[in-house]
Amino acid sequence: MDFREDQIERYSRHIILKEVGGAGQRKLLESRVLIIGAGGLGSPVALYLAAAGVGTIGIVDMDNVDLSNLQRQILHSTKTVGKPKVFSAFETLTAMNPDVHVVPVSEKLTAENVMDLFRDYDVIVDGSDNFGTRYVVNDAAFFLKKPLVSGSILRFEGQVAVLEGYKDTPCYRCLYPEAPPPGLVPSCSEAGVLGVLGGTIGTLQAVEVIKLLLGMGEVLNDRLLIYDALAMTFRKVRVPKDPNCPLCGAHPSIHSVSGSTDWACSI
Amino acid sequence: MSVLVRIPTPLRPLANGQNEVQLAGGSVREILENLVNSYPGIRERLMDEKGEVRRFINIYVNEEDIRFLDGTHTRIKDGDELSIIPAIAGGCR
Repeated sequence: MDFREDQIERYSRHIILKEVGGAGQRKLLESRVLIIGAGGLGSPVALYLAAAGVGTIGIVDMDNVDLSNLQRQILHSTKTVGKPKVFSAFETLTAMNPDVHVVPVSEKLTAENVMDLFRDYDVIVDGSDNFGTRYVVNDAAFFLKKPLVSGSILRFEGQVAVLEGYKDTPCYRCLYPEAPPPGLVPSCSEAGVLGVLGGTIGTLQAVEVIKLLLGMGEVLNDRLLIYDALAMTFRKVRVPKDPNCPLCGAHPSIHSVSGSTDWACSI
Repeated sequence: MSVLVRIPTPLRPLANGQNEVQLAGGSVREILENLVNSYPGIRERLMDEKGEVRRFINIYVNEEDIRFLDGTHTRIKDGDELSIIPAIAGGCR
């Protein structure tokens, strides 16, 4: 694939980085990334990946834009309130970079459709808002051997990890074996979230995606990064692969994707 | 033995808003007992009916998850730091 004149100009700051170069930029343009959720995390991830020239960006979200989303979901705007989020995302991303093929998926992600949705992508990004979805996404990414870049935010705290359980590294179940039972802890809308956190955590996810696509640097696949906005600290803790993990351990008991993606957002 | 215990933001309202507290104890279990005795509201969020740490909350001694050490029996040395890290799922819609 040869660059057009305008592409050489658009991506010039990448191309002059020797770690990216023309070959890396071409790789990005040929890459396919699927983002789960066009919300607080999905917005900055999608915007930066589109700006970077990731060729195909799929976005899965069944919701419509609500006014209360706009405090943090920077893909959307006052004029797209009431419209499907994936439509709003399509407009924003295509306007920013027409090179990018945006694939809007406005259906609900379920255990039944997740394998088909993931199959054609190189990297999966989790910016979902509930635990049920997180386990379904984790399991499907594991079975399809796709790197999963997981991010989550609540109140003043965020977490990031790259999960590649099909290697010697952990999956989401190694990190958190069980989800909180619904009702034990306050819901996301009750607990609140500082809107900017989506930007902090989402842009870190976008960096990890690009590193994975280009095979550069150290990927965050054996640590969990924890950002505490109030204390202004970034800390990393070690996340070993759990030899007893029911999905990626030595004697797995999970052999296919199942489970509900309806669980309430908790803690 | 006195160690620094980091409280995650979702539990801070139950610990008078503090992000870290100094607590005494020779093992993770003793420190967590002292924590929930000092701040009783944390008990239900942190532990199940049997007093075990809930499975969606990880406890780290320095950088290490106690599930891969000796669990709540993990011994604590002076200067260690204990972190409580709950799973969070917000994307956030």
